[in-house]
Amino acid sequence: MGKIWRVSGPLVIADDMKGSQVYEVVEIGEEGLVGEIVGLEGNKAIIQAHEDTLGLKVGEVVRGTGRILSAELGPGLVGSIYDGLQKSLLTLGENIGPFIKRGAKASALPRDKKWQFTPKVKVGDAVSQGDIIGVVPETNLIEHRIMVPLGIKGTIKEIRQGDYTVEEPVTWIENGNEVKELTLMQEWPVRKPRPYKQRFDPSGLLTTGMRILDYMFPLALGGKASIPGGFGTGKTVALQQLARWAQTHLNIYVGCGERGNEMSDVLTSFRELKDPNTGILLQEKEIFIANTSNMPVVAREASIFVGITMAEYFRDMGYDILVVADSTSRWAEAMREMSGRLEEMPGEEGFPSYMGSRLSSFYERAGMVECLGNPERKGSVTVAGAVSPPGADFSEPVTQNTLRIIDALYALDVSLANKRHFPSINWLTSYSLYVDAVKDWWNEYDPGWEDTRASALRVLQQEAELEEIVRLVGPEALPEGDKLLLLTARMIREDFLQQSAYHEVDTYCMPAKAGLMLKTIMKFYELAQEMLNSGAGIESIRSSPMVYRISRMKDIPNEAFEQRVKELWSEMDQSLVTGKRVP
Amino acid sequence: MDFSSLYVKEGRAISKAKGSLLIAESIPGIKFNEMVDIQLGNGEVKSGQAIDISEEAAIIEVFGGVSEVDLIGSKIRCKGETLKLPVSIDISGRIFNGMGEPIDGGSRVIPEDYLDINGEPINPALRQPPAEFIETGISAIDGLNALVRGQKLPIFSGSGLPHNRIVAQIIRQATVKGKEERFALVFAAIGISYDDASFFMRNLERTGALERTVAFINTASDPVIERISTPKLALTAAEYLAWKQNMHVLVILTDMTNYCEALRELSSMREEIPSRRGYPGYMYTDLATMYERAGRILGKEGSVTIMPILTMPDDDITHPIPDLTGYITEGQIVLSRNLERKGVYPPIDVFLSLSRMMKEGIGPSKTREDHNNVFMQSYAAYAEGCYLREISTIIGAEALGERDKIYLTNADEFERKFISQGEWEKRTVEDTLDIAWELFSTLPEEDLKLIKEEFIKKYLPKYRK
Repeated sequence: MGKIWRVSGPLVIADDMKGSQVYEVVEIGEEGLVGEIVGLEGNKAIIQAHEDTLGLKVGEVVRGTGRILSAELGPGLVGSIYDGLQKSLLTLGENIGPFIKRGAKASALPRDKKWQFTPKVKVGDAVSQGDIIGVVPETNLIEHRIMVPLGIKGTIKEIRQGDYTVEEPVTWIENGNEVKELTLMQEWPVRKPRPYKQRFDPSGLLTTGMRILDYMFPLALGGKASIPGGFGTGKTVALQQLARWAQTHLNIYVGCGERGNEMSDVLTSFRELKDPNTGILLQEKEIFIANTSNMPVVAREASIFVGITMAEYFRDMGYDILVVADSTSRWAEAMREMSGRLEEMPGEEGFPSYMGSRLSSFYERAGMVECLGNPERKGSVTVAGAVSPPGADFSEPVTQNTLRIIDALYALDVSLANKRHFPSINWLTSYSLYVDAVKDWWNEYDPGWEDTRASALRVLQQEAELEEIVRLVGPEALPEGDKLLLLTARMIREDFLQQSAYHEVDTYCMPAKAGLMLKTIMKFYELAQEMLNSGAGIESIRSSPMVYRISRMKDIPNEAFEQRVKELWSEMDQSLVTGKRVP
Repeated sequence: MDFSSLYVKEGRAISKAKGSLLIAESIPGIKFNEMVDIQLGNGEVKSGQAIDISEEAAIIEVFGGVSEVDLIGSKIRCKGETLKLPVSIDISGRIFNGMGEPIDGGSRVIPEDYLDINGEPINPALRQPPAEFIETGISAIDGLNALVRGQKLPIFSGSGLPHNRIVAQIIRQATVKGKEERFALVFAAIGISYDDASFFMRNLERTGALERTVAFINTASDPVIERISTPKLALTAAEYLAWKQNMHVLVILTDMTNYCEALRELSSMREEIPSRRGYPGYMYTDLATMYERAGRILGKEGSVTIMPILTMPDDDITHPIPDLTGYITEGQIVLSRNLERKGVYPPIDVFLSLSRMMKEGIGPSKTREDHNNVFMQSYAAYAEGCYLREISTIIGAEALGERDKIYLTNADEFERKFISQGEWEKRTVEDTLDIAWELFSTLPEEDLKLIKEEFIKKYLPKYRK
């Protein structure tokens, strides 16, 4: 047991701490504030406090706990709302009311709730780490698979069926003359990646229901993406949309240093919205971490790592998980603040020089893997992190360090947001390196995907070039062909890329619908080009009722779309071809 | 009660005094962030706060600066408390300074409670999403950037722009439809000129709002360091009124740029590593800790709505102060010098302004069913008009097509009829929406793509009988 030697904001130095280890969790002062040792010097331990240090005195006790900052893993995670240290916020609310008092404790998993455990192995079976020994129906969507914790193997001596809490033993494993008791719960140090058998390249589309992502800049299962954007560019809404509609088994939403009102908005909406495929409430496939900007700074880092650790745990069960982190810049700022207090040599803009490697240690935990243990299974963790560059200037260190790690960039654009073009993902600067990884998936679904995608992007690129000329000579001075190109580009932008997160139908667009929508616009372009060639004027094309009909495609529900679009196509063939005859 | 026990610890050995910091030998038992009194050799007493404590030294930040502090005769006395605001319902109608002491000539508040000015974070799981529309009577706000209860919506202004008049108008006119509820105003003047402060106070007096106002005044001539505590005191008072007295509280903080300047000054005195433009790296967290005190809580009746005003240095929205603020607040109302020059009042820049909570606060039973559609369509039409205006400055308006000319005129009319209004003109939200429909009637009907057809049939003037 040591004592406080110095306090300066979240930095606490304790004396008489011999025998402690780096990253050990300590309890500071009489109230037992949670802290973490980040350095040792002789007898002194340098501690970052995860809670407010107001009112601490020199000489107060500091207790080592002997454990590394860890997450509790077991049934009860799904649907929960945690703070950065994995305290259940609802339990805290029940215990201490609507304000968070420091030093208050709440466990991550409910201790009194009984879960129905069904064994999948029997007495005498040989098991080793990662093997699934039984299942618990956690929610309507998630079957929680109980795995043998790492480093344990042997034969099943006893296994029980029935209702148990997370602390009651359900299985006994015998190895030689040693017997290990297993409960439904296990712990894992959050900074340490969980092991797997083998890692694969990301593959298969992570369907998000957002057209610009799914069709134009796809994200693959096991991939890593970044969404940088200045304030007001719709970063949070875009991430919320991802967390809502991504077709994975489980999504983890980490609100790191962001707004409380928005967080409560997300929480409320997840209690009401249903998954488009299963019709089950979204909160049954979601875990929330809410470390809002007024909560202790140091816990921001913890919130990110707690999130990714829970994701890996579910990945190990054989699930596809999406982790959404809003915003990694707040975490980087927390690193900067601690680094400054530790008087480390600053790197760029005061950020510590290890920021890049710390960011990678988060993003690199994404991936598609073959999980440890039996039965054989694959799981994946996909990561999407928001970045909040100061002044929307992407040359700043957090954005640049992130770009070195990620393979899909969704660059949010202030000028698009000012025009209320949402999602304000800039189609010229964004990219995805997963086009090849999802090619097979798309081609099975929508043959010709690559060509349609490429030609639409080409139209947009040409529009950007023409835009320069328009600014000099005006739109009316362009040749007819260019005018048509501008019209088509506008249709792609407004009728395809723009998508309202608040429209009941448009908020989730199935990939099949997205494909048909873009094909419709490209078909219009082709027919209109023929019309021009046969001497029709651009005015007759602009005023064609087809333009209006195409603009309303978004409102057609996913299910009815194929039928309705066929009608549209045949009408288009007729009216535009007729138009061709009558110049 | 034994008052002498308040002064439990004393320290004498001060080794350094500079700017507003004192470095003293360690004082046993001193708490982190504790308030201290510094008794000078000449008998004067200053307040301070321990910002870094260790077995070797204590660093004290002195409110009002270290002038006249001597290293030999001065004594530091610990008060055993962090900075607290005495509160009771009697704070309504009172005026305090940046240390929470009354400056209106009245007596001290007899406290019901002492509250830590840093507050405690609201549990995000127990927040209630803000959804009650506040009608400000200003079209550019109500129609396009609606304010809701529990929101934090700043005004980004520039020097010389009429932000004070706009805020005064909001204070005069703001109501929640169909409700008579307990409403209070908390006003914090942070380093603003005496004239600006008295403009607000006069205005409050004239409208009779003064008696339900709590004011904290730190003018430009008051100690810089008290600018740090002024907004926190104001928010503490607001929280008391909202959560203990069930009131709906609107907090006006002006001017937050002065707060940030004070923060920078302090940071450089503490010799911290600066981040952008010399501002400390923790400025985001520091501002967020204040602004996040806005909100609503499940099961509680009151609310805290914050409207900070800040002047953007050199009208630059990417400057760290507006930039970090924009990342924290739920939108922003941006004033435009261009519109001001054109004689538009209020000169609200519709493109840069944004209210993130708007969608929750508008719609049927809150404002009107067509509100969201009207908002989107007005926006799109005005954006198109402004784009064409930009082009027409190069190629001339004559080179535009017929349709484009319509949009160009529409944008001018939008500024003249929709954004512009009188300083004493209070428009209901229905008036605001009807003006927008009036403007839509000059556009081709098939261009109203963002509006549901049933609303077009119902509200477009030509179908209205």
